[in-house]
Amino acid sequence: MERPGSAWLNFMNRKCDNCKSQATVHLTEIKAGKKVEKHLCQQCAEQQEGIPAGTAHTPINELLTNFVLAHSQGAKELTTNAVCEHCGMAWPDFKQGGLLGCEHDYALFEKDLTPLLQRAHDGATHHLGKVPVRRGGSGVPMKRQADLARLRKELQKAIEGEDYERAAKLRDQIKTAES
Amino acid sequence: MKLTDLTTRAGEWLRGIGPMSEIVISSRVRLARNVSGYHFLSKCTRHQRTTIEHKIRDAILGASISPKTLYVDLQDAPEVDRQLLVERHLISKPHAQSEGARGVAISESESVSIMVNEEDHLRLQVLRSGSQLEEAWEEINEIDNKLESTLDFAFHPRFGYLTACPTNVGTGIRVSVMLHLPALKLTGEIEKVFRAAKDMRLAVRGLYGEGTEALGDFYQVSNQTTLGKSEEEIISDFKGVVIPKIIEYEHHARRTLLNDRTAALDDKVFRALGILRCARLMASEETLYLLSHLRLGVNMGRVKDIDIRTVNELFLMTQPAHLQKLIGKKIDGDVRRAARAEFIRHRLNAA
Repeated sequence: MERPGSAWLNFMNRKCDNCKSQATVHLTEIKAGKKVEKHLCQQCAEQQEGIPAGTAHTPINELLTNFVLAHSQGAKELTTNAVCEHCGMAWPDFKQGGLLGCEHDYALFEKDLTPLLQRAHDGATHHLGKVPVRRGGSGVPMKRQADLARLRKELQKAIEGEDYERAAKLRDQIKTAES
Repeated sequence: MKLTDLTTRAGEWLRGIGPMSEIVISSRVRLARNVSGYHFLSKCTRHQRTTIEHKIRDAILGASISPKTLYVDLQDAPEVDRQLLVERHLISKPHAQSEGARGVAISESESVSIMVNEEDHLRLQVLRSGSQLEEAWEEINEIDNKLESTLDFAFHPRFGYLTACPTNVGTGIRVSVMLHLPALKLTGEIEKVFRAAKDMRLAVRGLYGEGTEALGDFYQVSNQTTLGKSEEEIISDFKGVVIPKIIEYEHHARRTLLNDRTAALDDKVFRALGILRCARLMASEETLYLLSHLRLGVNMGRVKDIDIRTVNELFLMTQPAHLQKLIGKKIDGDVRRAARAEFIRHRLNAA
């Protein structure tokens, strides 16, 4: 019943408060007891807030998680220029309309979709729930999926605790479980 | 079973019974599904849209999801019928207003509805009165399994069930409860609910879902995260954490009103009852506002001569399309407001 409401589109297409190019730096400040949100492009952030280009706006945990996930899945090329051979969907069209065109778009735009999904789904990147019987499910969530979810949670924890040795081991376990 | 049969009775979910129904009006679980091998609707031609609609209609009617199933072709349905279905929470507003081949299947009890060609090919919904999320999930899961035996749903091992909008991907589940929170509104503490909901990553919406106002102190609370959690986990969070917490807030506000502001509480309740029993023109928004205070009074035992079922029925029947169906013709303006006032007076004075 929910539409891709304006909130979803705003979320994907937030413009810089200053110059109206794509905002990539999102700040929340408490000023005089009031919450102030700022959305800036990299250039304006550098000028106004003294935030250096590159990584400062991304929490270190997120960066590391993305890094580890990217390697556990095998890095793929960015898909910004790709066009779906089935439905003709291109990434800019999706960003404008908020809706995908067919089931194949998810795999095609996987790389670009991942950060959006993480933001929309509380950091989650993988399904953990019912699997259709004809896709190998039992009509109820599978144990393997539950195991994977547990491993991913532990991986997150290991990264947060800066236990990289354990993180590497967990990453390999996830790789094995996924294959 | 015909559409007109619906106007003569309140749907199962609005009977005002069921666990914790003094605060939890209804529990809803919906699943978003798309059929593999077909484009999502935004990329469909008219012809493809029609093909999908026929395929799904046949699958639903062949799956015997309930003893009697009504299928309404919404492309041909008159506006008042589409509005009626919105007022009964059987279809969404966008589904009523959009164009092209689309429909809805409704079970006889009205607890199950399946929208065809809304934002996704299928939107399955189970709606039950009171706090019954687990029961609703069991029922919808069974229907999903039945449909899955003839329809191949788009699914990806990593992303789960694939939906047109990535905000629904994964389980495709939206769990929501409709809550009546008049005391929190009167004590000015409704913000507590918004804050708690935000902390738990839940959305709070109005009476008819996204983009609608919280009329009559009704709030729809629903999950926003559909990926990375199992269906059972999402439901048990609601049942174990979300609902009890908000109910406790509302109970606390009701106790405060009763103990510290008895005269003010009774004034609100009986002022509402007085207007409802005497007014000659009633607008729909004012009706919701007054019925909300009356419902609070009945549930708190301040009003003893009116049954809660009468109040629940009035919420449903005084909506524009329902009134027009009852009267049997299109009415608007003062004629409609007069008809509404008369209907309410008749029901409340006879009680």
